[in-house]
Amino acid sequence: MKWEVVIGLEVHTQLSTCSKIFSGSSTAFGAAPNTQASAVDIALPGVLPVMNRAAVEKAICFGLAVDAHINRTSVFARKNYFYPDLPKGYQISQFELPIVEGGHINIVVGDTVKTVQLTRAHLEEDAGKSLHEDFQGMTGIDLNRAGTPLLEIVSEPDMRSAAEAVAYARALYTLVTWLGMCDGNMQEGSFRVDANVSVRPLGQAELGTRREIKNLNSFRFLEQAINYEIQWQIDLLEDGGRVQQATVLFDPDSGETRVMRTKEDAHDYRYFPDPDLLPLVITEADIDAVRATLPELPAAMAVRFAETYGVSAYDAGLLTQSLALAQYFEAAVALCPQGKLLANWVNGELAARLNREDRALAACSLSAARLAGLVARIADGTLSSKLAKQVFDALWDSDLDADAIIERDGLKQVSDSGAIEKLVDEAIAANPKAVEEFRAGKEKALNALAGQVMKASKGKANPAQVQDILRQRLQ
Amino acid sequence: MTYTLKQLSDALASRQVSSREITTAYLERIAALNPTLNAFITVDPDRALAEADAADMARAAGSAGALTGIPLAHKDVFVTEGMLTTCGSKILNNFVGPYDAHVVSQCRRAGLVLVGKTNMDEFAMGSSNENSAYGAVKNPWDLRAIPGGSSGGSAAAVAARLVPVATGTDTGGSIRQPASHCGITGIKPTYGKVSRYGMVAYASSLDQGGPMAQTAEDCALMLNVMAGFDGRDSTCLDHGDEDYTRDLNTPLKGVKIGLPKEFFTAGLDAEVAAILQAAIAQFRTLGAELVEVSLPKTELSIPAYYVIAPAEASSNLSRYDGVRYGHRAADYKDLNDMYERSRAEGFGAEVKRRILVGTYVLSHGYYDAYYLQAQKIRRLIAQDFEAAFTQCDFILGPVAPTAAFNLGEKTNDPVQMYLSDIYTLAVNLAGLPAMSLPAGFTQQGRPVGMQLIGRYFAEAQLLGAAHQFQQVTDWHTRAPVLTPLN
Amino acid sequence: MSLSTTDVSRIAGLARLRMNEAEIIAAQGQLNGIFGLIEAMQAVDTQGVLPMAHPQEASLRLRPDAVTETDRRAAYQAVAPAVEKGLYLVPKVIE
Repeated sequence: MKWEVVIGLEVHTQLSTCSKIFSGSSTAFGAAPNTQASAVDIALPGVLPVMNRAAVEKAICFGLAVDAHINRTSVFARKNYFYPDLPKGYQISQFELPIVEGGHINIVVGDTVKTVQLTRAHLEEDAGKSLHEDFQGMTGIDLNRAGTPLLEIVSEPDMRSAAEAVAYARALYTLVTWLGMCDGNMQEGSFRVDANVSVRPLGQAELGTRREIKNLNSFRFLEQAINYEIQWQIDLLEDGGRVQQATVLFDPDSGETRVMRTKEDAHDYRYFPDPDLLPLVITEADIDAVRATLPELPAAMAVRFAETYGVSAYDAGLLTQSLALAQYFEAAVALCPQGKLLANWVNGELAARLNREDRALAACSLSAARLAGLVARIADGTLSSKLAKQVFDALWDSDLDADAIIERDGLKQVSDSGAIEKLVDEAIAANPKAVEEFRAGKEKALNALAGQVMKASKGKANPAQVQDILRQRLQ
Repeated sequence: MTYTLKQLSDALASRQVSSREITTAYLERIAALNPTLNAFITVDPDRALAEADAADMARAAGSAGALTGIPLAHKDVFVTEGMLTTCGSKILNNFVGPYDAHVVSQCRRAGLVLVGKTNMDEFAMGSSNENSAYGAVKNPWDLRAIPGGSSGGSAAAVAARLVPVATGTDTGGSIRQPASHCGITGIKPTYGKVSRYGMVAYASSLDQGGPMAQTAEDCALMLNVMAGFDGRDSTCLDHGDEDYTRDLNTPLKGVKIGLPKEFFTAGLDAEVAAILQAAIAQFRTLGAELVEVSLPKTELSIPAYYVIAPAEASSNLSRYDGVRYGHRAADYKDLNDMYERSRAEGFGAEVKRRILVGTYVLSHGYYDAYYLQAQKIRRLIAQDFEAAFTQCDFILGPVAPTAAFNLGEKTNDPVQMYLSDIYTLAVNLAGLPAMSLPAGFTQQGRPVGMQLIGRYFAEAQLLGAAHQFQQVTDWHTRAPVLTPLN
Repeated sequence: MSLSTTDVSRIAGLARLRMNEAEIIAAQGQLNGIFGLIEAMQAVDTQGVLPMAHPQEASLRLRPDAVTETDRRAAYQAVAPAVEKGLYLVPKVIE
């Protein structure tokens, strides 16, 4: 049987505010346990929540960026359950009336662009952390994270493979970091993904029973977990089994998912409007104020890159993966108006190098100006692409600019036609067989001759010139 | 010791007496009579005297306010830094407040001297004060009777003149009903007038703090201290400062007082009804005009309240889990067992009952039929008042169907207990200001209060009407005769 | 409408209240009495009535995003049942 995979994601993004969503505690990561847990955060008797304006603005900002509806009135609700990292015994969240509804995000998988619809995005508070190191057989609770603002972004079940789910998660990641609403630090839990996965016979309209994989904090785990889950569900169904609705956890060590709880013991959250908080009312003026601060969005910037700099749509998409990268490109292209060539180098050599060294762009010493200097020398014919790679390596390892390296290492391309003609004539004389083949109409033979010339020049001859002169001589 | 807040304020201002003298006298009276009444959970004489001395110094330095140096008791629902705050519950029997409630810090700032914390129904759930983990409070007028609840300790303390003034909270009548049963004056302000920050929550959309004292004038002076904007409570109203004494001397001539016909029915005890009729007559002689009004949804306030309040309470009380403060069971086998045992041991019967009711009405499949329906009825009740207030300026009625009943009389019958809240609940559901003031005594000698309900934010006018009434009556001046235990 | 002992024991579990069988039976009787009172509400036609969650028709006030709290861990943990190294201790949580 052919199976169709159906995936929807719920992504918890920590909003990068200074203070917590309902208290004036710092949200900074890494403080000593419970030193950033105020009376409100630890839910002392009598304390009350007061909403942070910045969290609201960031939610509006996201809603505008994904072309969603911003609810002019939204309501905070209590989600009731007992857990030691949840001090009040309820989480303040939004249930029936979230701040953001609808919206969409485009993703690119292979050559195709696909639109993923969003269901909603709502504001809520993060929980604390349970530390399971051994405290005489007890668990330690740190409430520093409790009350950190979250925007939970829920997608429709629009994804059909792990690759699509990852592409969506990446696109969302790009957007929330681009907007400056989330610091994107996945190790610290700033961007956490829950994946709802189900399978159904291809062509069946009704959805299969889903299982929810909780708390995935890397794109690699997201992909692994979904792929494992898909195979597990298909195997089960093909063996005549039935999928039971469940919440599962992914174990990166074993690469498997395991059940945390089933529907039978699912919580009864007893949601109701939080009587401590009045309805959140957003005015047109609030929305306009946020809209005025909205940066150019990645999709719009990609279109502009393609139109202004002649970059391919594919390259433009890559260049707008992060605001830092896009800004790097724009800085370089301002110095060297060779958009296409620059894009090749940024998306090619630079990206590969960063990836290989597992380094962020911000931590890279090759400035946009120095890369632009290199590309300028390719464009004006000073460097062949082969020499350019050599210069790139040298740029990476030093703080010299491209011209200084070319000068120092004598890497200037030879474009003196006299010198090249001499090498061409020598090559023709030394390879009569190839000459004959070319004259008999075998184009490829010319390449062999050109190769000989390049070799003789130690790679410095201008390849285009070599081709031209060879043709002249052999006609 | 029958001085009012106002009299003490004047005596302090004219240096006839010092705060230390006043405070010492009240502390002596507490020491003598509290063993009989059980009105206090905590008394802290050392702290009180230190505060009294500080008040006297402030006065000497010329920085005293109207209430500087006057002894005060807080209902044990207000968190006080450095003082035990139990909320009448075993689950908080070791909870020394690490911060001050807004009301507590306002009183401190005004220079009031905190002598201790008063007994109350556990988490303010109750109408008789029998639901305290620290024992029932006795009515100073008749030790066999309940003082009312949940602010029974505050009411008994003021009635027995153990303090000139105390704070209370009112979620469904918890200031007004004990004030009525103890023969004192108390006001529940408009919801949002007094910050709830640091007031341990029972039902957040209904809870409201207010003063309890001998007279309306005292309540007005005290409300000046308690009320006002506080940014830490998102439901606190930012109305600017107001002087609640401003209408005390406004005559009642031409004021229209509405008498809801649903409040004067067979359910009302005949003796109470007669006392109210006399009070109504008194208002008429003061120039007020009496009109009949209707609050047709009155009876529905009981089911609506007993859905909404427990629902909010069930969630509000989830934080008492034995993890960060409060009682933790000594023996447990795992986390869940620890939760269940700590809570089962820490909460009393009535609190558990309301948690169960609240959990049920919010649970899956029942929300619409109970919680949502109750919220809709809540609106109908508020609309009833809105309609009534087109015909009158105040509403007058009973506080409770009877005078204080006997201790133990209704302990095992929660339904009977709930039914006695009939006249007070609707006010909280609508969020209106209302007060109770002494109107007379039964044959048995138990006090009976009357209720005045005002429009939103009409506290000053309500207090004015009550003050005018108290200018021509003396019910509020009567104090019980009490003899210390040996 | 009437609650069964199963209902009572389910909600006691949700509310984390340990109750033995006798307590459940006693609670069942009392709760059914209370719900008898509450049922009066069901007869009311509330079609088209907006639920009222708050006494006032006001909207949420927002505070500026500023850190106003300082570390008060020592004071807060002075009243805690069990702490170690600044952490609140609870029986082992198994996920």
